[in-house]
Amino acid sequence: MEQEWFMGLMGGLLIGLAGAVYLLGNGRIMGASGIIGGLIDGSERAAWKERMSFLAGVILLPLLLLPLGANGETNLTQNPVLLIIAGLLVGIGTRVANGCTSGHGVCGISRLSLRGIVATVFYILAGAITMVLFRHTLGWI
Amino acid sequence: MRNILGFISGGMFGAGLVISGMTDTEKVQGWLDVFGAWDPTLAFVMGGAIIPMAIAWHLSKRRTPLVGGSFPTLADPKLGRNLVLGSVMFGMGWGLVGLCPGPTVASIGFGGWANGLFISAMIAGIALAPNVRQRLDVSVDAQ
Repeated sequence: MEQEWFMGLMGGLLIGLAGAVYLLGNGRIMGASGIIGGLIDGSERAAWKERMSFLAGVILLPLLLLPLGANGETNLTQNPVLLIIAGLLVGIGTRVANGCTSGHGVCGISRLSLRGIVATVFYILAGAITMVLFRHTLGWI
Repeated sequence: MRNILGFISGGMFGAGLVISGMTDTEKVQGWLDVFGAWDPTLAFVMGGAIIPMAIAWHLSKRRTPLVGGSFPTLADPKLGRNLVLGSVMFGMGWGLVGLCPGPTVASIGFGGWANGLFISAMIAGIALAPNVRQRLDVSVDAQ
């Protein structure tokens, strides 16, 4: 357990540095839902190459780390109904709210953006209530 | 240059997500599970990520981006109901399976069919979002 919080902190610092490179280098906010969303709904078409390059890095580096002993276990549910409902909720929700854990959470809170802080409070609350309801009350997840 | 920096940033983001354990849905759901076996890891990840990012925002005040252009201005601090409703929907989906957009992309290479199904549904959701947003706006006007 002690090692887990340390790895969490180290990984977190790396995520923050990634956001710093994207901001100071390209002048953009590193928000995963915004980067993916922009590719799908075609907003700011000129940025598609840098978005694709970003996503290529996100997919490739974990694969390079796996042989070095990184944790490749996702422990993801195999229930297709849950996966589809959750995916739709995450897709619609992050676009309607204009951000997710990386955009509103990491990039928003660090500049003391009120929107980022409010969004983060609500998605964490909603996630925690979902756990109470679906894990402890209904026992579905 | 933009693309190289994008790739480097994405690589660091993906590596950070795997190293911190955020691609393991059990750790994410464990953090949200306040009344169960609570796992504090995500708080360390968030805290760790906010430090370099806060420094970057500070540095951005006195310069322009490396590739030129300008930094994004702080969005209008309006706390509309889209922000709240969207975040609640996102939080529910996040809690149900323990995945958010960053980690699901980072685990494309090793997450198997289940991760593929989630990401397909997420993309469908992103495509549907403008429609949902429009309906929300219409229902506001109607009041």
